[in-house]
Amino acid sequence: MHALHLFIFTRRPRPSSSHVFCWKSDVSSSYGSTLRYKNVERMKPIGKHSLLGASGEISDFQEILRYLDELILYDNMWDDGNSLGPKEVHNYLTRVMYNRRNKFNPLWNSLVLGGVKNGQKYLGTVSMIGVNFEDNHVATGFGNHLARPILRQEWHENLSFEDGVRLLEKCMRVLLYRDRSAINKLQIAKITEEGMTISQPYSLKTYWEFSAFENPTQGAVGSW
Amino acid sequence: MDLNMHLNAPHSMGTTIIGVTYNGGVVLGADSRTSTGMYVANRASDKITQLTDNVYVCRSGSAADSQVVSDYVRYFLHQHTIQLGQPATVKVAAYLVRLLSYNNKNILETGLIVGGWDKYEGGKIYGIPLGGTLIEQPFAIGGSGSSYLYGFFDQAWKEGMTKDEAEQLVVKAVSLAIARDGASGGVVCTVVINLEGVTRNFYPGDKLQLWHEELEPQNSLLDILNSPSPEPMNI
Repeated sequence: MHALHLFIFTRRPRPSSSHVFCWKSDVSSSYGSTLRYKNVERMKPIGKHSLLGASGEISDFQEILRYLDELILYDNMWDDGNSLGPKEVHNYLTRVMYNRRNKFNPLWNSLVLGGVKNGQKYLGTVSMIGVNFEDNHVATGFGNHLARPILRQEWHENLSFEDGVRLLEKCMRVLLYRDRSAINKLQIAKITEEGMTISQPYSLKTYWEFSAFENPTQGAVGSW
Repeated sequence: MDLNMHLNAPHSMGTTIIGVTYNGGVVLGADSRTSTGMYVANRASDKITQLTDNVYVCRSGSAADSQVVSDYVRYFLHQHTIQLGQPATVKVAAYLVRLLSYNNKNILETGLIVGGWDKYEGGKIYGIPLGGTLIEQPFAIGGSGSSYLYGFFDQAWKEGMTKDEAEQLVVKAVSLAIARDGASGGVVCTVVINLEGVTRNFYPGDKLQLWHEELEPQNSLLDILNSPSPEPMNI
């Protein structure tokens, strides 16, 4: 089983009325305690309006992408000018996850689904047991414990894209320091009414030069 | 481990398997040990199995599970090739393996590496670990022996190797894994697949490079004693 963590958040830029989303996830996939794969894309666009991110078992995530492919295909085949937005896709995923949970055969993922449609922004999450909700910022795995407290303090309605990226990077750096399954290679996705872009993987600088780090057990030899 | 375990344990290929792309094709490599419990049931197994003329699979984990999966995939690919009228692509072969692995994830215990060459994408390697994730990689390692090779490949792998560099890398890697993994051993088999076709190579255990604390094999102690030098130790 591959354990991952993913982290998303949302806000909108001050001047314009269009809504912008900002997401981050790292590109790793673990196998037990081994950081086995270091180039796994865990965020994927769904249809025209949404982005799906996942943590957990990658084979199940790949299967979910297949289900969504079919969903979007049938939606396009109607050819009626309508298209499934993030709210609808989130609902579909919730049903899938919950029904599998009822059969005691869950898809072992935590999912985050967000997007912008007709100027309306949406961000929701579904767990492997079907728990689902929307919020201004969501995270999976360790992100829930380490990132959301930061976001609760520092997120506000009028963040610019640049501030958003900096805030996310602040959270990802903490996760890098404190989550064993994290690696220093991440992607950020930006979603607006016009479309979405997912960045190439990149790395963050980390800081280790605290003087207390240099001789940590000086005052208490033998301690950790 | 009791006697029962050794005699009746399922055949497992602990194994070291590797698949590596190079500029022009792929090289697949594996050891040759199949064990039941602590007993080596087969010291000369062939773990690199043909699926089509241009696609092969490296098998690890349960011997039975990996054999039956390859047999099904070979059967499906054979029919697919007839319908298609041309050789199957590596991607399709890998996807069929993934389908069986994922849909039977509760029953199967096998990790596979699919590698081959087709005219559309050239040489490709796909890893399909336990669980049925399908992941395309420039190189893949699998089996119990692979634990010892993550660091080695982090250091030794580079993009755009030649065929000989790639093959030497694979042989060295399997040989290093055999040195440390009890479930891997025997000979190193490699299969090179490219535009020109398929080549099988065989590297017997006693012809591999010696590693730390391994000694040069001798016919007998008597040869050592009777040789002019060095002299036996005097303490």
